[in-house]
Parts: sequence; structure tokens; C-alpha cells
Amino acid sequence: MNDGNGTGYGTTRRGVLGLGAGLMLVALAPLPAFAGDDDTAEAIRREFGDAPMQEGRITLKLPALAESGNSVPLTVSVDSPMTENDRVRRVAVFANRNPRPLVATMMFGPRSGKPVFNTNMRLSGTQDVIVVAEMADGSRWKTTKRVMVTVGACDSLQMRY
Amino acid sequence: MPNTRIKVPASAKAGEDVEIRAMIMHPMENGFNVDSQGTLIPVEIITDFVCEYDGAEVFRVQLQPGLSANPYFSFYLRATKSGTVAFTWTDQDGTVTKASAPITVA
Repeated sequence: MNDGNGTGYGTTRRGVLGLGAGLMLVALAPLPAFAGDDDTAEAIRREFGDAPMQEGRITLKLPALAESGNSVPLTVSVDSPMTENDRVRRVAVFANRNPRPLVATMMFGPRSGKPVFNTNMRLSGTQDVIVVAEMADGSRWKTTKRVMVTVGACDSLQMRY
Repeated sequence: MPNTRIKVPASAKAGEDVEIRAMIMHPMENGFNVDSQGTLIPVEIITDFVCEYDGAEVFRVQLQPGLSANPYFSFYLRATKSGTVAFTWTDQDGTVTKASAPITVA
């Protein structure tokens, strides 16, 4: 195999380095699988069943452009008087391109006041944030908002290593 | 024991909606990060958060890895009578962290 000049592909320095680089690429390949619309629809169905959803009654406050996907502030307010019989029971937050579309589920107990909450979420990249609210009467409401993400919560990984 | 930070107003009028804030220091490892050796760090998250007051729940969250590190929530409590606002965080291994603050209702 050795032609005496060290240019054969058997065990040359260049060959070994090339192989190493190839292996590194392979090692980087199994990145989180990003969800598609089907996964998101499935996640919503798992939480809320097949009952129909209406658009509206939820106000979503999210930055139009988030520089880091690691912490995106989210404020959700639902239009409800929060009386004994007319109140919000449950709110779920979904991100349709995150590896796991369901982000969190919030339950409003008997002592809750205004149906408003604020938290920080991770976003893997530019995508739609979907919020679904379930009322005490069983009706379901949905609102969607698109967020542009400069560096996603998962992209930052590749840049670091 | 993880560090927590809570904010409950010292006093409120009966029937008033007051803002409550709660945060716990926690990495909320989502299972996609690698350590300096390149090995994947397993998922390690807080799974439940509950705020209770006057014998009933105010706000409960089922957390997923999609929430940021040091999960923070602000929400509203409807003041009924003086008492303690209690917070409980439970992680995936069942470790419970508690915090509480008094509230005076006039």
C-alpha cells in the first residue's frame, strides 16, 4: 500500500486527520429532532382531546424578535371574569418547532385572581407559539403568535462546541 | 436545597387581585446540552409548581423542559383573608422545595 512517498491513502497523516474530521461531523449529526406541525397537533390533541377550538379570547405578549431562544418572556392573559362558574381552568403553551412542542400547562385554582401569567420559555428557532385555554364551561380557545429567534436554545449548542 | 425567590405583597384589600412572583434557581436541563467531555447531560427538571393560599390552590404549573433555566412565574391571587401564601416546587426525583410568605388582608 505504501508507495514510499507517503501519498497513499492507507495511513498517511492527511488521511487520518480527514477521518477524524469526518467522525466529528457524524458526532454532531444527532441533533434534537425538531417537531413538525403533525407533532404539535398531536401534542395539542393529547392535552385537550378532539373538541373544537375557537380563535380568540387570549392575548399573547411575546417579543416579535428574540435575540436568544434560551429565555423568551411570555405574558398570557385570558379574557374571563374569573367568577365561580365563568373562569379559566387550564392554559397550555406550545411551540410548534421545539423538539418537544408542549412547553408548560398552567392550572388556575379557586384562589386565583386575574387570569394572567408571565414566564420565560425556550425556543429552538423562529416559530409559532400556540396558547390554548380551557374554560370552566369546557370551551377551548386558541391564539397563535410568530416569534423570530436569532439564536435558538438548541443552536447555541453547536456554536459552543 | 435550591434557592427560591418569592414576592408577595405584605397587605391587600379583600377581593383585590394581587400579583405574586416566584422563581427557583434550577438549571432545567433539557437533555440536549453536552458537558465539556461531549457527553449528553440527561434531562433534569422541576416538574410541578403549586401556589396555595386560604386552603385552596391559586396557581399550578406542570413544567416541561421547554421552560427556561431558573423557572419564573408571575400570576394573580384574589385576596380573601389574612394568611400564608405557600409555594411548593417538586423535581423529577420527587425532591420538594418549599417557601412561604404572609399576607395581611384588610
